[in-house]
Amino acid sequence: MSILSKVKEAVICLRAGRVTLPYPAQPRPTPPNFRGRPIFDASRCIGCAGCANNCPAREILVVDLCQEVRVLQYLGRRCTYCGRCADVCPEKAITMSRDFETATDHVADLGQRLELFMSTCQRCGRCFTPPSALDQLKLKGYRFDDVAHERWVFHSTAYGRDEPVVEDVEIELD
Amino acid sequence: MIKNLCQKMFGRSLWVYHANSGGCNGCDIEVLNVLTPYYDVERFGIKLVGSPRHADVMLCQGPAMRSTAAALRRAYEAMPAPKLVFAIGSCACGGGIWHDSYPVLGPVEKVVPVNYYIPGCPPRPEAIIYGVAVALGLVDKRVVPVEVRQLPLIIPRYHPDDLRGRDELVVYEKADSL
Repeated sequence: MSILSKVKEAVICLRAGRVTLPYPAQPRPTPPNFRGRPIFDASRCIGCAGCANNCPAREILVVDLCQEVRVLQYLGRRCTYCGRCADVCPEKAITMSRDFETATDHVADLGQRLELFMSTCQRCGRCFTPPSALDQLKLKGYRFDDVAHERWVFHSTAYGRDEPVVEDVEIELD
Repeated sequence: MIKNLCQKMFGRSLWVYHANSGGCNGCDIEVLNVLTPYYDVERFGIKLVGSPRHADVMLCQGPAMRSTAAALRRAYEAMPAPKLVFAIGSCACGGGIWHDSYPVLGPVEKVVPVNYYIPGCPPRPEAIIYGVAVALGLVDKRVVPVEVRQLPLIIPRYHPDDLRGRDELVVYEKADSL
């Protein structure tokens, strides 16, 4: 512990200068391979629901309103930005943007909702063949996810009954 | 309205309490990263305190779980009256990947009221600073809900009931519309 070491410390500190980022005042660029929130392009989407079937957080919900109209609801609140939806999309309708400034006071701001027009068969007037039992396991055909509870419904045939599909757990607080 | 209230009530420094109710520590590391001199949030007056009784803001990480929901609620009720709750990370905002598993109740808003949401898994330190700046009124939020509708393209339907016999031929009546 000589006075020389203190001088050396002071020189190191002075040479480093100011290291704090002036972040909210000035923009901060992201690295080139950064994945931010996904952007859904409605003009390219064909409504195959491949993104919904492959989302690990199960947060892309698909609801078939009628034969022709399919609603694809991206919640955004539990998205982990893994990019699997963009990888699996056959039409490249999902792009992972580099946008990370998504803080908000209303969680509904994060959502994206696409109303897709599904072309129907000229003969049968449907956009899908009715799913067989094997197709139901592979989650093809009509889907009626629970948008109100933000849950994925695994078997669409189970939804037609009266009992609720999703039961919220009672929170025990003292 | 909540922004005006924030500026009025929290005009000076915010003391934050860091509550992890069952997360994976990824968001914890990012929050501690924010407090380092590189991202220095002490220039906004933000300081980490160890007790919820000293805190103005609770930073929630991780989903509300069966085992920690009551403790999270007690920590929230221990904070003095003008209080803000930030949900940091996709687990706290929406329940995360394991939102439908047995021990996870869901987002922390099921247990405590949440004022600001910062999604990401984990969010970048800049994203957390951006959320704090939105709460302090320094910047405006940039996300809006998107709702897009495709144009319908009606395809007329062929049906065998419209086949008619005419002069030893079978003619489809609505052939013009096909």
